[in-house]
Amino acid sequence: MKKHALSTRLWHWVNAAAIIVLFMTGLNISNAHRYLYWGDYGFDPKDAWLSVIKFPGWATIPQHYNLALARDWHTTAAWPFGVGLLFIWVAMLVNGHFRRDLTTTPRDWTPGAVIASVKAHSGDGAAQGYNPVQRILYGMVFGVLLPLMLFTGLAISPGFQAAAPWLLDVLGGRQSARSLHFIAAWGIFGFFVIHIVLALIDWRLILEMFTGGKRAGAPAPPEPDTMPPEDGAPAHG
Amino acid sequence: MVDLPRRSLLAGIAAMGAAACSKINESETAKSLFKAAEDGHRITHRALAGKQGLAPEYSRAERSPTFRGNGSVTVADPFYQEQLAQGFPEWKLEVKGLVEQPLALTLAEVRALPQRTQITRHDCVEGWSAIGEWQGPQLAALLDAAKVKEGANFIVFRCADVLYGRDYYESIDMVDAYHPQTIIAHSLNGEPLPEKNGAPLRMRIERQLGYKQAKYVKAIEAVASFDDIGQGKGGFWEDVAGYQWYAGV
Repeated sequence: MKKHALSTRLWHWVNAAAIIVLFMTGLNISNAHRYLYWGDYGFDPKDAWLSVIKFPGWATIPQHYNLALARDWHTTAAWPFGVGLLFIWVAMLVNGHFRRDLTTTPRDWTPGAVIASVKAHSGDGAAQGYNPVQRILYGMVFGVLLPLMLFTGLAISPGFQAAAPWLLDVLGGRQSARSLHFIAAWGIFGFFVIHIVLALIDWRLILEMFTGGKRAGAPAPPEPDTMPPEDGAPAHG
Repeated sequence: MVDLPRRSLLAGIAAMGAAACSKINESETAKSLFKAAEDGHRITHRALAGKQGLAPEYSRAERSPTFRGNGSVTVADPFYQEQLAQGFPEWKLEVKGLVEQPLALTLAEVRALPQRTQITRHDCVEGWSAIGEWQGPQLAALLDAAKVKEGANFIVFRCADVLYGRDYYESIDMVDAYHPQTIIAHSLNGEPLPEKNGAPLRMRIERQLGYKQAKYVKAIEAVASFDDIGQGKGGFWEDVAGYQWYAGV
């Protein structure tokens, strides 16, 4: 049994590329109107709840201000991002990755569980499956941030609103959806930074996201590669 | 320092990425990829919402206190300015091109047609939104009166404003042309259109971004293709800046 299923690895790298393009083109698009509002409308900077900085060229795609090209890249990369998110959710539900690694119990949310996770993580070979902190963080990313990114993106598209007018109502109006799109983007950026730093500390983790790696903790079955995918595998794994 | 090689490696990758990007942007592959993504959005939107699916409409209380003017906010043409001062008594709206019965309507005739009033949100490509109440006849009524010929695939709007030395124009396909919320508006919030918002007539195409909402409309033209108009990309901003023709995202 591989540590990372093929579906996970495939999605991980496609999504990583899509997210980098989406984020950096998004910063270019933000430069077109650097004010965020709540509600349905908003165009006057004095009504803005946030004046966003002008993002420098090195942080944007393209590296100079070009709204048309940034939007071309953004609305193109939105396809692998959106379709990919649907794909990984279906895959995680089918192969048990969600139930095994991302579900939490009330006990996982206690300070004690968090402290234990951090302690267990700093030390050689400590990672036995997903600890409570990982479950909570990955759960937030998959359950909140990524879907919020997708739905706010759809909601701010004038052509999509006719298909799902309720989406704008749920999000509190078009300018609120745009603000949430911006906030969720930075939430994902925050996760991205932590994720990269932790992966660089132990570069074998990055390698395993290519090869699949071996599942640690459980006693190694005799011929792991010929085993059928486990359903309801134990919590470690 | 252990960090240095990694850092210069990252800088190298970033530089390679930047060089690759500027090449990719101009390549035919990228252009066809962007086009496929744009078509995909249009087809998906219409499959989900239906061709006649309506953009949200708002109550009077939900309107923005003012309605921002953007792009052209004035028209230099002396005839336009003279008409503006007098309330457009001699202004004509032409319906022409691939039609059996070309029309030239006065503003009074446009106002006399069956009217639609809609309070809708205007989303600029830059990101901001404004909400206003528009009134005018549906484009479908004018197209039916002029009897559009078979073979017409697009409706082009010819405008009186000139930006960067070019005439403003825009185009939509027949799905949006016959959409119930596609109107030729002559009033905003119960008043004749102000100059900054497109007096005397402007388009409202409610499922697309602001640059589709052509202002100062002089003529509505049915065409088979817009390849020979402007630079052939279907609109002023499409030609000048490379904006997507389908402005629904």
